[in-house]
Amino acid sequence: MDASSLNFIDLTVGNVAFLLFVGFVGGLVSGFIGSGGAFVLTPAMMSMGVPGIVAVASNICHKFPKALVAAIKRHKYGHVDLRVGIILGLSAELGMLYGAGVQQGIKTRLGDAGSNLYVSAAFVVVLAIVGTWVMVDALNLYRRGATDQEEQVTRLARWVQNVQWLGPRFYSHGAKAHIPWLVTLPIGFATGMLAATIAVGGFVGVPAMHYVLGLPSMMASATELVIAFIMGLGGTIKFGWGGYVDLRLAMVILAGSLFGIQLGAIGTTYVKPFMVKVVMAAIMMLVLVSRAIIIPVYLSELGWIERIADSTTALLKQVSFWIMVAALVVGAVIVLGSLVSGMRAHASEKAAQAQDICED
Amino acid sequence: MKWIKFLAFGAIVAGLYGMLFAFEADVIRLCKQGGWYFLFPVGVAFVFSYFHGAFTGMFWDVLGVQAKQSK
Repeated sequence: MDASSLNFIDLTVGNVAFLLFVGFVGGLVSGFIGSGGAFVLTPAMMSMGVPGIVAVASNICHKFPKALVAAIKRHKYGHVDLRVGIILGLSAELGMLYGAGVQQGIKTRLGDAGSNLYVSAAFVVVLAIVGTWVMVDALNLYRRGATDQEEQVTRLARWVQNVQWLGPRFYSHGAKAHIPWLVTLPIGFATGMLAATIAVGGFVGVPAMHYVLGLPSMMASATELVIAFIMGLGGTIKFGWGGYVDLRLAMVILAGSLFGIQLGAIGTTYVKPFMVKVVMAAIMMLVLVSRAIIIPVYLSELGWIERIADSTTALLKQVSFWIMVAALVVGAVIVLGSLVSGMRAHASEKAAQAQDICED
Repeated sequence: MKWIKFLAFGAIVAGLYGMLFAFEADVIRLCKQGGWYFLFPVGVAFVFSYFHGAFTGMFWDVLGVQAKQSK
């Protein structure tokens, strides 16, 4: 498709306000869990009349500077394992290119409905597996009353850190252990492929760094920002080369998201790592529902099941979109709630300490 | 000093966004060029992230929302 033939929309005040808001909420979630705030933006822009490829390109163009700012911020808090981030980021770049190729192939063979079905099915499969895993882990921690305790390294991660026959290894200061290079390749590749498919590689990257490599969840979420930066920069170059980036859209979203991402990053200093899992699981489960209910629409459009009435199709699309928005809002509310309660608890602690000193 | 820096960065950010929309037609034209013109959106994004990133950090700081100091 020739970029010059694409329509870069006129931005109205309403559109700008909406993008600023969605950008802020998305940034808040990304700053906290490292990813997961951008998936609403592409459909949101498309609903304004932005062509699909321009929406994807502009979304990616706002993601890499956002991830850069957040990664620097969380690096200051000591949350980032730069080595793991760069290594996974490079293999994620390969996964992204491969994922984009698969997407293109499906679109050529089955058209838009096939492409949409593939994306939704990928969402459902990945979120059903990874989301359930994260949710079960968070629930178990809650039931055991272990939400305040230090995180345990999983059995799988211990095996990965100790296995000797997987070839050369490198030291991860996040995991405080040596990790085989070979294990990082499929994780990075899957993260990139998922990012190219559903725009949120972190749904695989963060849990994999935590459960497979053994990084604490707080560090996994921050390290994901380094991966997001590398992937985002690569994606922006690719789409920019094609002339698909609408810089106005990208910078408007960035304007809102940087306010959010700073706040989300500050939030991580007040909460227990358990909260990262809670936010991630809540978003994943809601997005899973959102994508699952739309699948029959695409199956119907492909003629693989009986035709669904137009009114039902429109209704399902609306419901699906708003559940997605709700997923983001729920995540943002949990982040804000945790931040406020964490700040209050910290202020009370400081006040009590000051009183003790005065009494002494 | 904190306030002066905050206001200076705020003014720069406002200026950057003002220019983005004042030269909207040129921005769109350059973005659509493709090829090596990809450097334009990438470069602009870096510049915006530097100034706006610093500004938003100071914004929450000025409002009293600061990271918890580790002991």
